[in-house]
Amino acid sequence: MAAPRASLNLVAPVWNGVTKSIRDLSSSVAPKGSQKKGKRLLQFLADRFYDVEALREYLLQKQVSKVHQENRFQGQEWIQSSGRRPSSLELLSFQAVPVESVDASDCAINYEGLDNLLALKELQSLSLQRCPHVDDWCLSRLYQLADSLQELSLAGCPRVSERGLACLHHLQNLRRLDISDLPAVSNPGLTQILMEEMLPNCEVLGADWAQGLKSRPEKQSQDTASPTPA
Amino acid sequence: MFRGAVHLCAGRGRLGRRLSTLRGGSALGWAGKVSEIKKTLQSVLPGGAWNSLYDTSHLPPEQSDVVIVGGGVLGLSVAYWLKRLEKQRGAIRVLVVERDHTYSQASTGLSVGGIRQQFSLPENIQLSLFSVNFLRNINDYLAVVDDPPLDLQFNPSGYLLLASEEGAAILESNVKVQRQEGAKVCLMSPEQLRNKFPWINTEGVALGSYGLEGEGWFDPWCLLQGLRRKVQAMGVHFCHGEVTRFVSSSNRMETTSGEEITLKRIHEVHVKMDHSVEYQPVECAIVINAAGAWSGRVAELAGIGKGPPGTLQGTKLPVEPRKRYVYVWHCPQGPGLESPLVADTSGVYFRRDGLGNNYLGGCSPTEEEEPDPENLEVDHDFFQNKVWPRLAWRIPAFESLKHPVPPQVRSAWAGYYDYNTFDQNGVVGPHPLVANMYFATGFSGHGLQQAPAVGRAVAEMVLEGRFQTINLNAFLFSRFFLGEKVQEHNIF
Repeated sequence: MAAPRASLNLVAPVWNGVTKSIRDLSSSVAPKGSQKKGKRLLQFLADRFYDVEALREYLLQKQVSKVHQENRFQGQEWIQSSGRRPSSLELLSFQAVPVESVDASDCAINYEGLDNLLALKELQSLSLQRCPHVDDWCLSRLYQLADSLQELSLAGCPRVSERGLACLHHLQNLRRLDISDLPAVSNPGLTQILMEEMLPNCEVLGADWAQGLKSRPEKQSQDTASPTPA
Repeated sequence: MFRGAVHLCAGRGRLGRRLSTLRGGSALGWAGKVSEIKKTLQSVLPGGAWNSLYDTSHLPPEQSDVVIVGGGVLGLSVAYWLKRLEKQRGAIRVLVVERDHTYSQASTGLSVGGIRQQFSLPENIQLSLFSVNFLRNINDYLAVVDDPPLDLQFNPSGYLLLASEEGAAILESNVKVQRQEGAKVCLMSPEQLRNKFPWINTEGVALGSYGLEGEGWFDPWCLLQGLRRKVQAMGVHFCHGEVTRFVSSSNRMETTSGEEITLKRIHEVHVKMDHSVEYQPVECAIVINAAGAWSGRVAELAGIGKGPPGTLQGTKLPVEPRKRYVYVWHCPQGPGLESPLVADTSGVYFRRDGLGNNYLGGCSPTEEEEPDPENLEVDHDFFQNKVWPRLAWRIPAFESLKHPVPPQVRSAWAGYYDYNTFDQNGVVGPHPLVANMYFATGFSGHGLQQAPAVGRAVAEMVLEGRFQTINLNAFLFSRFFLGEKVQEHNIF
């Protein structure tokens, strides 16, 4: 008897440590006070001496490669669900079951790590919410899931812009698309309209049509509170 | 070193005198004095532009191992890979000579910025594949400490090439080669085209090839600035000047067949400063010709092509500037967000630009229609007569704007192709007679998209003596003498 089509919901373990280091990498936050002085001294030394600059470049490269290594490791970890960690015997029993939905929220998956997801030919629902490394290049690979994917969520991904969203037109079976809270999209309202035109059978969630309107709650309460003078 | 100490004392002496004169109440104040002292100290300490006679900070260094003529994307790519592949840190001194720091006429900045793998030659496909990988990981390659990461604004929308009945067989065999090399391209029948892109008029189209991954367009200016920043951080010298002369030595040699040839070696490059007669002779070991549309002229300076025609000495570098126009127009009912860069059977191409239904495109003129490359003035009649009719026929949504109002061209510009009149493909590698001049030019409109890979190939040739990763032996200079054309079937 064939294995029942259980909808496997896979949730990746949250890597708090990884997200912190990523924030350090890509931040251009102005450091305050003594930290700023230290930074200026370091900059001064780096401008004068090649060794200091070489050391800093090396450390930067190490940080970057650390992220890549996390992903390779992540690829193997993918099969495990959070909380309870099933033994390898249990995992083997799942091998024949096609994976239907994957929740990769907050996961440090990148372009190469997507190989693991794209191999799942029966994937119906994919959630990539708040993934810090999912960018337009990653979205351009999603066409391989066009036959099965019905639900996709990209909410809160800092690197996804309207240029990557344009390649989602391959996903003709998509019924639900969540593109809310994308800081890199230049015009969310217009993007939502263009996405709805591009994917007529899909419900596009995300940018509120009233986003451009400003609310004035204080004035309203004042009007109701104070009676009009005679 | 003794001289340096004397200068230091002299500097301090001047400082002492200046401080004493200022003690009696001056308008400068303490902050001004401090900045003066700082400035003098900076000029005296190592790293500053100290010269006791006159300021030479604008001149290039007197010696440099490699001189790269041309600071566009190809020149900077070669500089980057030379510094990256050198065996020891600081082993090679590289100088990039660029005569226009604003890049006002450089092909890089004026480019449409497309990248595709849909070529017919395997070498071109491999060059493009590597370049796309480079662009994807651009912040790993070009990261500079303390600088923000680069945002190339890449649109992964792909290219769509349309072929008529005659071209369908060629397109199909091209796609086969592209797939073999690893490009993700698919073939589409007219019906599939109508389903996917309902705004195309498929009359006359027999087949279409659509790039699924790794194709699209990006911001070439960002790539150029990123390369510049990184290359400067790696220690490459930049010089704002023009190469006016090569000083070389010749040796008469005999080939195995008894023929006498003259082998040349460039020893000095004369770099003339802008708006001045001042020049600096730079002693060099290797010269890289990455001058884009003007590579032909630079090659002539080195004596390439000066000889009886039909001989190797008389074979010129067949790269000349060709002007191409790009027009931007607006069409509210035009193709949607999913539209790729569409290249029609007639040679007309267009792509979307941004969210606001603006489109840009153009067409390659035929040999007879070639505009005069003297300047970069735009010919708007070319758009009305040659580009728009074919475009409107292929995309009827554009036609709707034709009557009664003529199409609204929002803006237009012109740029140069470094056009290889021989076979429209790049020239890479050393010259057989001028032993230390290497070429990285002649890409005839697809130089930007192949620049990272070509830079690596030229750096490998310079450092190792042969191509190691991608074999570009087909693109060597000698093919011009031997008459072996490596022609593409897809250039537009």
